[in-house]
Amino acid sequence: MEYIPNTEADCRAMLDAIGVRSSDELFSDIPSKLKLKRGLNLAPPLSETGLRKHMKELAGKNADVDQYSSFLGAGAYNHFIPAAVSHLVFRSEFYTAYTPYQPELSQGTLQAIYEYQTLICQLTGMEVANASMYDGSSALAEAVLMAHRINGRREVVLPMAIHPEYRTVSHTYVSKLGLHLHEVPYTDQGTTDLKKVKAALSDRTCAVVVQSPNFFGVLESLDELAETAHRVGALLIVAVAEPVSFGIVRSPGECGADIVAGEGQAFGNHLNFGGPYLGFFASKDAYLRSMPGRLVGQTEDKVGRVGYVLTLCTREQHIRREKATSNICTNEGLCALAATVHLSLLGRAGLRELALLNLRKTAYAKEAISKLRGYELPFAGPTFNEFVVRVKRRTPSQVNRTLLAKGIIGGVELGRFYPELSDCLLLCVTEQNSREEIDALCKAMGGGR
Amino acid sequence: MMHEPLLFDQGSQGRRGCTLPECDVPELKPERLLPRKLLRHDIPDFPELSEVEVVRHFTRLSQWNYGVDTGFYPLGSCTMKYNPKINEEVWRLPGFSCVHPYQPEGLIQGALELMYELEQFLAEVSGMDRVSLQPAAGAQGEILGMMLIRAYLESKGSPRKRVLVPDSAHGTNPASSAICGYEVRQIKSGSNGRLDPKAVSDAMDEDVAAIMVTNPNTLGLFEDQIAEIAKIVHAKGGQVYCDGANLNAIIGISRPGDTGIDVLHFNLHKTFAVPHGGGGPGAGPVGLKAHLTPFMPVPVIEKKGKRFVLNNDLPSSVGKVRAFYGNSAALVRAYAYIRSLGPSGLRRVAEVAVINANYIMNQLKDHYHLPYDKFCKHECVFSDARQLRYGVQTLDIAKRLMDYGFHPPTIYFPLIVRGAMMIEPTETESKETLDRFIAAMKRIAEEAERDPELVRSAPHKTKVSRLDEVKAARQPNLRWKGKTSKEKSGS
Repeated sequence: MEYIPNTEADCRAMLDAIGVRSSDELFSDIPSKLKLKRGLNLAPPLSETGLRKHMKELAGKNADVDQYSSFLGAGAYNHFIPAAVSHLVFRSEFYTAYTPYQPELSQGTLQAIYEYQTLICQLTGMEVANASMYDGSSALAEAVLMAHRINGRREVVLPMAIHPEYRTVSHTYVSKLGLHLHEVPYTDQGTTDLKKVKAALSDRTCAVVVQSPNFFGVLESLDELAETAHRVGALLIVAVAEPVSFGIVRSPGECGADIVAGEGQAFGNHLNFGGPYLGFFASKDAYLRSMPGRLVGQTEDKVGRVGYVLTLCTREQHIRREKATSNICTNEGLCALAATVHLSLLGRAGLRELALLNLRKTAYAKEAISKLRGYELPFAGPTFNEFVVRVKRRTPSQVNRTLLAKGIIGGVELGRFYPELSDCLLLCVTEQNSREEIDALCKAMGGGR
Repeated sequence: MMHEPLLFDQGSQGRRGCTLPECDVPELKPERLLPRKLLRHDIPDFPELSEVEVVRHFTRLSQWNYGVDTGFYPLGSCTMKYNPKINEEVWRLPGFSCVHPYQPEGLIQGALELMYELEQFLAEVSGMDRVSLQPAAGAQGEILGMMLIRAYLESKGSPRKRVLVPDSAHGTNPASSAICGYEVRQIKSGSNGRLDPKAVSDAMDEDVAAIMVTNPNTLGLFEDQIAEIAKIVHAKGGQVYCDGANLNAIIGISRPGDTGIDVLHFNLHKTFAVPHGGGGPGAGPVGLKAHLTPFMPVPVIEKKGKRFVLNNDLPSSVGKVRAFYGNSAALVRAYAYIRSLGPSGLRRVAEVAVINANYIMNQLKDHYHLPYDKFCKHECVFSDARQLRYGVQTLDIAKRLMDYGFHPPTIYFPLIVRGAMMIEPTETESKETLDRFIAAMKRIAEEAERDPELVRSAPHKTKVSRLDEVKAARQPNLRWKGKTSKEKSGS
């Protein structure tokens, strides 16, 4: 199957106009020794029917969360997506457009991003948000780089309760610039150990990073951490993996955060086996000019009509390219659009209701599991829609296998990230899990007792 | 044309656009579930709209966007080709789109098989040994590529200090090097628009970690000395990075890996027809030669018998550049694209893309200044040198093209051509479309002579005309500030 309109005759006519005998001549600038002398070793082409069949077969080898009831979270959340989101995002005027370099032909994308930036500010309680980034983990890494640009310091406090993959990505991004990341442990409440944070701080500290809800699902005391960080002149960076929590939990901005970097997949974006996701990024106005990524601004045309443009682009690779400290030249436009549509549909009341649903269902599941024999909840800190369960007498993978036999995808086995928690599972309950499903989970976990 | 108010200026208190599942568990008060000091009670000014309002709002916004499905989009170096519809159908299958990244391996065999095979396909197309599918965009692929080079050189005793980047390079190349702790030295292109081995040889020493080349380069020219350049760099222990943004022009014809390249990134949203999405998401996998495999990001996908497994056990790995495995939904589309075209179809892509570009170059070179009059690959670069004498610049020509119904080409890039217009038609445009575009460009050249003001004041038919970018930058208005502040400002 090809997607080329020009026939042999069309090509012939164009080659004649160019004045060459064949297309080979147009490739005569490639030295013959650098040319491939054979065909590519790939499978032969498929028809549309053949391709659809093949792709369905491949897709059929995966389990999906429509088929199974799933209690996986850990940075990727199974939330309800209203039909209108897909319909609007699949308008090809949105998805087949490019970066809005020519604003006169891109007002749709630009206005939607301006609205997205506003929504992110409202959710996070921050003053300025960019047009989005690759995902939560790389957004966090960019936040650390930004903090370093702002105060020039080189030491960063990075608690263990932050998503392990986010921590790895931060390490990858900053290690070449001579920044040092200090990991601090968590308490038996499942929260970041404030005493250890204080002990790690000095006038060399660039930023304190904290995730809330953290990787164990526990909400952190952002106020205290902000105060602690600010006392030594460091910034507070708040990472967010589950932004639905914004519907019921105080915003990082209210608690004194300087930069908020998180994952927006929960709003209107499918699980997609891990991507594409949506990194969101917000900060205080004062730091605007150190911010990475694209920004859209409102302005007017020569006759005073309101319009939107990409703005403040000169901060990065466009000038002083060699001095740039961020090479971001894209955003996740379509994912940001999905989030904007999704949040518009949820609205003021819907977002709160969604958050409450997650909170209540999780509380219900926690309560039920805490009563099961052979399990305990190791962390007493307040949670939103995820929590850790300790498995006694069996292993977490045995529990997961038992669950799978009943059509239930259980929790994340924490041993893969935290050897000291190898007897623990991380479970997530969203509005997509009915009470019936939660009851079935408990029943299966309890071994039918 | 109609003005569409912002979301925040629409709707009415109490309206909402969707219903949620019923609460089938006890409806405990939030105060019973969370400490009071953590609770949030409201988000003032958050939208309150019905479903139909939301649908109409975004449908109207969509109508002000120009996309490949709307018309010809000849943005040079961006490769705005047609996005096949079947690809949009298949990635949405629940077996791909509703799969959690932490599902047990037994429940993701299809996803892993697809990624494993896509890696093989991309390796074959590029002549590289392995491919990491993890980077979320070409620019992130650049960072990863430079990190692989740094890790490799460190393992040899020293990461070295400098990276050589030609003046025709993509804007992100120097920044990507800087993030990896390198200083950048620019290399001037030769008078023929290509990299001169002597310039590379003069700049090359034991402190240089790598050279970053783009081939075909941003003038649309093939770097015909690439093999000699690679030899020079390798002789001093350096590595050769290739920005693969322009692979569309040579796919099936020449493989970067056979020309001495050590690392290369792919832009799946360019060569492999993944839609650009108004600025993302795309995907930027990185191909590498065998000596760099120990440093690949984790996990890598391996095949054990008939099963596909994720291997995280790579002690020398650079780590990860993003959570999970990459932009999987983009990978599904690229895979589908390669499967639908096959080997001959992919080669045909390059042939027709190159015919189309040379046709445009040939038809317009009597009307616009052509700084490098040679066969081009997928894109050709003109300048405004001839129109400048009438006071008409590249920006004006670009804006006037909109009145003829075309998206303008890339402008003012590459930087080495003053007033550049970089036109890339791709293979998915018909001769008739190209002829209409050529006719419009010729008309504009005439207008520039006859009625320059008409061109300078364009566009005339778009929803808004030229926007005040200076105001946007000097008085940044980056979000809607709420009803209160709006009343205060009196607008």
